[in-house]
Amino acid sequence: MDRFLFLTFGGLSTGAVYAAFALALVLIWRAARLVNFAQGAMAVATAYVGYAVASATGSYWLGLGAAVLAGLLLGALVERVLMRFVGHANPLNEVIVALGLVLLIQAVLGMVFGNGYRPAAAPFDTDALTLGGVAALSPYDLWVLGAVLVVVVLLALLFTRTPIGLRMRAAAFAPEVSRLLGVDVSRMLTLGWALAAAVGALAGMLVVPTGLGLHPHAMDLVFVVAFTAAVVGGLDSPAGAVVGGLLVGLILSYVTGYLGPDTTPLAVLVLLLAVLLVRPGGLFSSARARHV
Amino acid sequence: MRPTTRRILAAATGLALLAAVPACADDQKQAAENVPGVTDTEIVIGTHQPLTGPAAPGYSKISAATKAYFEHVNSKGGVNGRKIVYKVMDDGYNPANTENVVRKLVLDDKVFALLGGLGTPTHTNVLEFVKTQKVPDLFVSSGSRNWNQPDKYPTTFGWQPDYTVEGKILATWVKQQFPGAKVCHFGQNDDFGRDSLAGVEKILGPVAAKQTYTTTNQQVGPAIGALKAAGCQVVISASIPGFTALAMGQAAGQGFRAQWVVSNVGADYTTLSTQLGDKKVILEGMVADNYLPMVGDTANPWIQEFTKIHQQYNSANPIDGNAIYGYSMAYTFVQALLAAGKDPTREKLVEAVRKGGFRGPGLTPFRYSDDVHAGYSGVRLNKVQNGAQAYFGPTYTTDDADAAVTEFTEPPTTPPANAIPTT
Amino acid sequence: MTATRPSARSGVDRPAGPSALRRLLPGAPATAGPRGSTLLRHLAGAVLAGTLVVLLTNQLAPYQNLQVARVCAFLCVTAGYTVLVGLNGQLSLGHGALMATGAYTVALMQQAFEERGVQGRWILPLSLLAAVAVTALAGLVIGLAAARLRGPYLAGVTLAVATLVPAISTIFTEVFNGEQGLRFPAETPPAFLGAYFQPERWLAWIALLAALLTVLLLANLVRSRFGRSLRAVRDDEVAARLAGIHVARTQVLAFVVSAGCAGLGGGVYAVLTATVAPGKFPLELSLFLLMAIVIGGLGSLAGAVWGAVLLVALQDLPSLLTETFSLPSGLAQRLEGNLALAVFGLILIVVMLVAPGGLHGAFRTLAARLRARRRAPEH
Repeated sequence: MDRFLFLTFGGLSTGAVYAAFALALVLIWRAARLVNFAQGAMAVATAYVGYAVASATGSYWLGLGAAVLAGLLLGALVERVLMRFVGHANPLNEVIVALGLVLLIQAVLGMVFGNGYRPAAAPFDTDALTLGGVAALSPYDLWVLGAVLVVVVLLALLFTRTPIGLRMRAAAFAPEVSRLLGVDVSRMLTLGWALAAAVGALAGMLVVPTGLGLHPHAMDLVFVVAFTAAVVGGLDSPAGAVVGGLLVGLILSYVTGYLGPDTTPLAVLVLLLAVLLVRPGGLFSSARARHV
Repeated sequence: MRPTTRRILAAATGLALLAAVPACADDQKQAAENVPGVTDTEIVIGTHQPLTGPAAPGYSKISAATKAYFEHVNSKGGVNGRKIVYKVMDDGYNPANTENVVRKLVLDDKVFALLGGLGTPTHTNVLEFVKTQKVPDLFVSSGSRNWNQPDKYPTTFGWQPDYTVEGKILATWVKQQFPGAKVCHFGQNDDFGRDSLAGVEKILGPVAAKQTYTTTNQQVGPAIGALKAAGCQVVISASIPGFTALAMGQAAGQGFRAQWVVSNVGADYTTLSTQLGDKKVILEGMVADNYLPMVGDTANPWIQEFTKIHQQYNSANPIDGNAIYGYSMAYTFVQALLAAGKDPTREKLVEAVRKGGFRGPGLTPFRYSDDVHAGYSGVRLNKVQNGAQAYFGPTYTTDDADAAVTEFTEPPTTPPANAIPTT
Repeated sequence: MTATRPSARSGVDRPAGPSALRRLLPGAPATAGPRGSTLLRHLAGAVLAGTLVVLLTNQLAPYQNLQVARVCAFLCVTAGYTVLVGLNGQLSLGHGALMATGAYTVALMQQAFEERGVQGRWILPLSLLAAVAVTALAGLVIGLAAARLRGPYLAGVTLAVATLVPAISTIFTEVFNGEQGLRFPAETPPAFLGAYFQPERWLAWIALLAALLTVLLLANLVRSRFGRSLRAVRDDEVAARLAGIHVARTQVLAFVVSAGCAGLGGGVYAVLTATVAPGKFPLELSLFLLMAIVIGGLGSLAGAVWGAVLLVALQDLPSLLTETFSLPSGLAQRLEGNLALAVFGLILIVVMLVAPGGLHGAFRTLAARLRARRRAPEH
């Protein structure tokens, strides 16, 4: 039982960072109808900015702010300079441009900062608080969970309660109609990218202290898991991203703990199949199954 | 049939007949060439290294040091008047790339020998090719026992002590210092972890608990939790630096206090403390092993010489355990090249290494002989104290089989002028 | 990936002729004339191409022949892959894992024969055939699941498949030998070619034969009724169903065919080095395969050739760049490897921006423009 509790806490804390990252993927999907394969590399780039500022100023919070700001800028930049000009004749072209961007960003980071690990300090203690003798969550884990929760609530408010949020949703779901109604669809798209990249930057800052440290490939594995989480939750649903992230975190923790660290990719596949064969649009989808 | 189709068919048949005549005249010529990669002024050798990708941190510094050492040697006239050209190929730690670049080095660039190819899964896949090409494959940068198979791979040689030798010596120390304690093992889920565990269990018998990690899964929490639950007092860890840091960080986070005893490849203090940043205090008390002079030992004449070379040719990188590794291995290579004589051939080079007898920066002799292609025969333990890693206790030697672990008492050697071997 | 909205899916290869539905109507004239002639024409083209490559290999040094061989091995994969993604509209990110399936099948077969002391020239074709069969079976399983899923959801599942190889090989270490992988006896040229025959040339020939067979079969398949069904399902599932096409069966079959090709390519890829290891089939391979077919020109077999060339160029780019430029050591170390990746990333982006139809599309546009100019009356 102790083991189970221990693994549950561990799963929740890693699940929270997957959730944050899955959220960024969902945001782009909702804004532009594409899965941004460069999300991981973009988040790493902003995390480099964040930690550079943090070590220069000595304040983690300034660094975090700088990373999120860098995310906003990078997202807008990628959309305005690159994605806007990708032909829509073939939807895969955007995927390939994103993959090209991954190579470019990682290589440039390697050239500028070197390929080595850089330490990434956590703003809170990472030592776990014990709960009835079981190592439970650390203050840092609580900060991660709290930060993700706040972001979800803020995003929900933005999309449902503010005019700009409504315009963004309208622009994504019915661009032609929105344009007729006077919504600047192109600006909404840029805003969607900026917002998603900012959330990605936050996720990157949250993830990096829990892994091997900051290096150009720091988000490679996280991207795959977060993509899985977003798909499990349903790409249209921010709530789905959070639930998917936590679910994947928990399952990976149980599988790693009970079956061994090698079996996790298999577990991820089984989870995906189990969810998607029952609900082909993810847990939180309203879309109907593709008829066969 | 359409006329165009018929024409294409006719042309194709004609060409096919032409192509069927094998053009093998030029192949015959190749058999009787001079020694590949050796001219009057140059010796070209090559290697494969993870310069990019997830394995690049740390390890990409080794070949930089090796290259710097050869530049140093070349500036002093080279080896028997020949300059050493070291071709470093990036394989990103992907075995498919390793196979490509090694074939390119051997078939296209016609290197004289391979030196210090890095990694077990990467280098394992070129052993057969290297054997059929009869290329000297010296000083593979990995402690796997794969390189010590003279019957199967007569031109391949290891260099660092293998993981079983390390495991046996670490376990011997643990047995002396912690009699009756619960000793556990944490290892990478491949030959690195398995060979280490085999060495440990040769001395201690079955360990109290064992856990593994895999490089594609950074969740080491569950494994560390299991070791804690098993009540381990000593953890012997066969892990790469990233995962040593992760595991020790997790242990600290979970309030799991045990003596960590870490295999050399994952225990370089400079690398670990850089990665841990402010949390590097958890490294205090960590015991590890090494077989080369420690970088922090500024009084050591080898370190002094290597530091000079480093400042002149390699100052872009920090001087750490990886750099010392690169310098020391390059030093051994120059020794082997000298031993191969004034007009080296591939056969002479292999023969020279088999004869062995090299002493250099390393604390112990090599195990090289006609039937052993393994490198250093032992290690000495070190400990992190007050932010520095320093040796303590005697140097031990043993082998990867059932030989006893014995103390090695010969004094360490001192470097020749400019740290360039003369014989 | 992007949502597969039918409106956005104007595939680059779609001919300007009759609509998708029109092409499907029973009794509609096939675009390529009588079938027998198509087959013969393809056969002649294959023999011609094959002969040219054989002539080429006779002139090449060993390493260049290995490059030719690798292009051919990748061509088996990209050709089948582009049919699935380009012509049938199903996105798979797991083709690297399918290659691994073929490669491991060949390795296990070759090892088994070696252990039993069985020798003979027929072993290799048999192993490769087994690789095709086993991988096609794996493709069937994935295809059955895939037929229920769309765009990013299918991508998610196949991405998970792409990360499986290292896991499977360590879980079943006794069979697959974990991270170190398997080795089997290298393929040697037959004695009648002479004692000094270049082994790499023989490997290139094997790979060439496999690639030609694959392309030949696929070229005919694409022109057949099945090929038209593939495109119809991609363009409009409802219309296809109206025309009497069994949509799910077509999709599953497309996956099976594509997987079989990937299995053959993977098998040949293994034969070239006589080794397999999980590290040779990482997630990046699957992503690079996708890049290759899109940059080459999605849905076209000529594009698949470009893609295969690109994959080999990518593997060899780093060493080329390192040798061309000699830089001060501090800077060189940072650029080493990274520079090649940056250049490749940039090329990907630029090609996609300048030529959204891929290289094949770009060349076709260019050729069409040249032809139009020649046809234009001179003043």
